[in-house]
Amino acid sequence: MGEWVRIPLSSNYAAAYAAKDADVDVVAAYPITPQTTVVEKIAEFIANGELQAEMIHVESEHSALSACIGAASAGARVFTATSAQGLELMHELLYIASGLRLPIVMSIASRALSAPISIWGDYSDVMATRDSSWITIIASSAQEVYDSIIQAYKVAENPDVLLPVMVAYDGFLMSHTYEPVYVAKDRSTILEFVPKRKPLWNILDPDKPITVGAVGNPDWYYEFKYQQVVAIENSLNILKQVFEEFGKRFERNYSFIETYNMDGSDIAILTYGGLYGTVTEAVDIMKKRGLDVGAIKLRVFRPWPTEELIRILKNLKAVIVIDRAISFGAALEGPIAMEVLATISKKSLDTALHSYIASVGQRAVTEEDVMAMVENSTGLLKKGVSLTEKSIYWGVRQ
Amino acid sequence: MSSSPKLHYKTVFDIPKEELFAPGHGLCAGCTAGTIVRLLLKVAGPNTVIVNATGCVEVSTTTFPYTSWRVPYIHVAFENTAAVASGIEAALKVLKAKGLIDPNKRVNVIALAGDGGTADIGFQALSGMLERGHKLMYVMYDNEAYMNTGIQRSGATPQYAWTTTTPVGKVLRGKIQFKKPVAEIVAAHRIPYVATANPAHFLDMMNKFRRGLEVEGPSFIHVLQPCTTGWRFDPRLGIKIARLATETAMWINWELDYGEFKVTVPVPKRKHVKHYIRLQGRFNHLTDRDIEEIQKMVDSEVERINKVVGKEIIGPVVE
Repeated sequence: MGEWVRIPLSSNYAAAYAAKDADVDVVAAYPITPQTTVVEKIAEFIANGELQAEMIHVESEHSALSACIGAASAGARVFTATSAQGLELMHELLYIASGLRLPIVMSIASRALSAPISIWGDYSDVMATRDSSWITIIASSAQEVYDSIIQAYKVAENPDVLLPVMVAYDGFLMSHTYEPVYVAKDRSTILEFVPKRKPLWNILDPDKPITVGAVGNPDWYYEFKYQQVVAIENSLNILKQVFEEFGKRFERNYSFIETYNMDGSDIAILTYGGLYGTVTEAVDIMKKRGLDVGAIKLRVFRPWPTEELIRILKNLKAVIVIDRAISFGAALEGPIAMEVLATISKKSLDTALHSYIASVGQRAVTEEDVMAMVENSTGLLKKGVSLTEKSIYWGVRQ
Repeated sequence: MSSSPKLHYKTVFDIPKEELFAPGHGLCAGCTAGTIVRLLLKVAGPNTVIVNATGCVEVSTTTFPYTSWRVPYIHVAFENTAAVASGIEAALKVLKAKGLIDPNKRVNVIALAGDGGTADIGFQALSGMLERGHKLMYVMYDNEAYMNTGIQRSGATPQYAWTTTTPVGKVLRGKIQFKKPVAEIVAAHRIPYVATANPAHFLDMMNKFRRGLEVEGPSFIHVLQPCTTGWRFDPRLGIKIARLATETAMWINWELDYGEFKVTVPVPKRKHVKHYIRLQGRFNHLTDRDIEEIQKMVDSEVERINKVVGKEIIGPVVE
């Protein structure tokens, strides 16, 4: 439906195009590598009259999200983008944006956290937002970045959800590499899917004065937080509906989890973001060599897609989880591996779990590395290791 | 630009009767912040959005499910009031431009924060907002310490004042440093309107609120707010102390209107600072000699201001 044009875009530009096509009203952002070109592109759109929006050139990421909170409270459709230290500086406001139930959408060009300072990609920044009650989508192509941001507005603004959404993707490996992307020729194609209308949430309107951000004492705070529990639970269904509607309308299909070569594979590699591309390449090579290994991409991190994952894991002998962040001192230091373990335990599945940490600070991971992890995991399985005692730090000089 | 036709409130009878700040709030008895906010809303009227920093006013007026605010109100955090207000102002502007809300409706956006939320933790966001030139009014109610957390020193605490983090001991006696000149730093951003005010001179204060809402661009009103709990004085003395602040020139009510500087409350005969200081427990430890030191500092500040104005707008100490 609608007319589309296929143009070369980096994931950063894809994010900017999505914000433009969603007709956002207010953009407040602060430059940080590798997110910067998102903001530059949006500034260009505004300068050329392709987007009618107020761009607030804030003096920090803290103010970026604060201004978004203000603007969303006044009924505007808002957008921001950041990376790493910027996301950390926003941290306080992440919880307030979701606590105030504001449908803010943010793109993240994921990057390693200081110290030592590193501008390169990994997912330390996103994983640190785990408990902030933001719906979190991790994309692995520029097309998916564009589409996910469009979907994000529809989910965020749903009255049964009203939670902010972040759409993350690899810093540099995606933010700065170009892929062909279909973008709407005319914004109306997108706006028919995510219409702009009178806000469905409570806004600061002098005709109907409300108090936003009240004090929650022990007699009320807990109920406010429980409403967020319900909202993020609701979002599972709404996400599903939005993915289906998007697929029907635009013929690009998305789900919580994407899989590859699962038929006949009893071992699969689960990862997220751009690394999924490397993993599927490795799967192809292994298949040519006569070894069937599946690939699983976790696309939605929050809310955690328990049921979808169980449906896939229950048929597997082992799952290899490759994390691109470290939860220092945790029971299992791969943050996604830990969640997968909880999922396996929920249904007492027999699936073995082998947790690997790789590509931290964008240390290169090739198809060869992925195949070597599979070999390593097969060896562990032969020794009867159903759960790696610790996460395995792939490729580190110890 | 002329600043003459702005004395809108000339007597108490000019003050609107409408109460947009509801009674029943939890501010301390004798707190002058309530007076300031009540009069602020009388000036602003119902077409107003209040953006409030974490602090005394916020915690005392918004305990769910109650609220003291009859206008739209938002509290987000401590350090970002100017940024949140920027977002609201930008949103209203673009929604009007896009025809999504009534383009003819003028809505006042007012940021309201204490001295800590303005001079210290909120300073970066404030400076950013001023530089970007948002059309909103920022009101700083200055009780000269972190009163909400229990009287800790802030950048706006005056020299020698006792606070719980600048205690009076055998070696140290109160705050060592000077009070940060917040309004002057704001003025250095060259925004349309900056003023200092004092609830004892409430008509002057209200005229300044009105002017601040009128100008095209940011305005900043720095209001002295005597705090019964933190300054250690009898609750009935708040306004008296506020008046003494001006009468002693410990606090000077001025405005800078598009570059035109004016002392709006002239003090032909000044009182000695001891009248202001001796009423407050936070200065109990000061000796007569210490107070003379403060008097000297005030004298030199008065001299500086008179030079700027070009006449003796604040007179000598007459006992």
